Amino acid sequence: MARQTASARYRWLVASRVLAAVLGGYALTSAASTLLALLWPLPLAEAVAASTMLSFVLYTLIIIWVFASQRLRTTWLGLLAATALCTLLSWALLPAGGSL
Amino acid sequence: MAWLHTWTGLIVAWVLFFVFVTGTAGYFNYEITRWMEPERPLAGTPLEYDRVALVENGLDRLQQVAPEAEFWAINLPHWAQAQRAWQDYSIEWTTLPQEGHERGRRGSEQLDPATGGLRTDIEPRDTGGGRQLYVMHYALHYIDYPIAFRLVGICTMLMLVAIISGVITHKKIFKDFFTFRPGKGQRSWLDAHNVISVMALPFFLMITYSGLMFFAQQYMPAAGAVTYGTDRAAIERFYDDLYGAHAHEAVSRPRADIGEMMDKALATWGSDTQLRSVFIQQDSGEPPRVKIGRAYGNAVLWREGHDLSYHADTGEPLPAEPEDNATVQSVQFMFGLHEGRFAEPWLRWLYFIAGLLGCGMIGTGMVLWTVKRRKQHAAAGTHFGHRLVEALNVATIAGLPAGVAAYFWANRLLPVELAERASWEVNVLFLIWGETLIYALFRDIRKAWIELLWLAAAAYALLPLVNALTTDRHLGVTLPAGDWTLAGFDLTMLALGAAFGYMAIKVQRRWLAKITDTAPAARSAVAGGAR
Repeated sequence: MARQTASARYRWLVASRVLAAVLGGYALTSAASTLLALLWPLPLAEAVAASTMLSFVLYTLIIIWVFASQRLRTTWLGLLAATALCTLLSWALLPAGGSL
Repeated sequence: MAWLHTWTGLIVAWVLFFVFVTGTAGYFNYEITRWMEPERPLAGTPLEYDRVALVENGLDRLQQVAPEAEFWAINLPHWAQAQRAWQDYSIEWTTLPQEGHERGRRGSEQLDPATGGLRTDIEPRDTGGGRQLYVMHYALHYIDYPIAFRLVGICTMLMLVAIISGVITHKKIFKDFFTFRPGKGQRSWLDAHNVISVMALPFFLMITYSGLMFFAQQYMPAAGAVTYGTDRAAIERFYDDLYGAHAHEAVSRPRADIGEMMDKALATWGSDTQLRSVFIQQDSGEPPRVKIGRAYGNAVLWREGHDLSYHADTGEPLPAEPEDNATVQSVQFMFGLHEGRFAEPWLRWLYFIAGLLGCGMIGTGMVLWTVKRRKQHAAAGTHFGHRLVEALNVATIAGLPAGVAAYFWANRLLPVELAERASWEVNVLFLIWGETLIYALFRDIRKAWIELLWLAAAAYALLPLVNALTTDRHLGVTLPAGDWTLAGFDLTMLALGAAFGYMAIKVQRRWLAKITDTAPAARSAVAGGAR
């Protein structure tokens, strides 16, 4: 019985980690690449294209980081905090003509 | 990290194997198309034509068919590196967009360089050719395009993760590269997987990452969506900003002598340069421009710097159009590396071999997964998941190549007048692939491996024979004629047949050795499992 609970717990942890990597990672990558596009001293279209191109490196690194980390809860918190920070900064930086 | 590598790899392995097989074939897609259209004549020495007459004749025709055009182009007969074929004499145009339309209509005509009139071309059979194989590597088949390229994107992203985590898993990557322990079951599969993966690692990283770039904005739309917006107009605006956009005015026949412009261009490039095209366009607020283009070259940015501009009315040289910005150049560079259009034939073979190594990397990884777990499941009784993976492996590694061979068989054997013939060629590919999967699910897996490998070997090895029986473009004709595109196809098929035959023999020996000598095999497998 105890073994079954442990196994169920293990499965939940794996599911949570996969979710953190795939969805949490995608959210953070999206937010970070937006911020990078706004910060990059290039004409806007070029900055968008360049930061979008780089975002795949970032996504890969985040996924690997999530799977390498010891404490899943810290990882989730880190992902959420970083996403929130990037989003807020992007929002503050967004020129008046932006679509938001 | 080993866990991440194993599972990201397994989830997408079958799709990626398909992508690698069809994409690798794509490096020879023009050659494959040529083979699949046997009605076309053998390669001969092309005739020399008077370039000026061809241009004048093209302009006459363009004035008739496209009086209100935003550009006119006359393509001169030349040998093209990208297509690895002779490009025929043709004209192309795009009309000015009509009121309420974003773009004009494109048009083109093939002209006969001897008469100047429309060419009555040979009608080849209806075939998807190499292009259909190549397109499947990012658009799959039977699935809506927007869903398909996203599916492929997810698999590609997982492959990137699998590659990076695979490298991290290897603490001894350099030592492993020189390690091969054959005949040791699981350990040998691991060594083979390592050697193949590391051998072409830069290629795999390049091809995966640059593959993502083709749909980068679709896969990762956030930055563009926030700064530009998501509606059509916003997306249009983004690409106009990125690539630069001009308003165009209707072009008219240049008043200056185009023959002189071509002579000037040849004086700059050298008189043995092949001219590719004459392109006429008028950007609003700019002088009318005639661009003389030479055959595309061997640089990764294969289109860059292959034109010289002249004023259409005075014939004076015009400054070159501004270069693409650094970002666009980076994108084009990655596209260039991915597609390998700049590569001359030997480099193209290297691309092809690297692609085959990609199939090998994925294939050995897939086999390794099952070998590692086989004893465990054999002890615990039949496990459906494991059985399914085994069946998918054999159906993909041996069955899919057999399906591709069947695609070529269908090209030769389906009746020429069959309706929707081109789509039936592909249906045959998937029918064979699907049947091998059913076969692998119900047949003893060892027998399935051996039999399907032999099937693939026979399907490829017999293809030149089928070709000889159904067309007069077989090796007996193409070799003496020195048509290396057609002969090369048949020879490559023979080589693939030999490769699959070799694999079949190897697997057969191994299984037979195991059946006659079960006890030591079981011992070594246990030792392998403990690893």
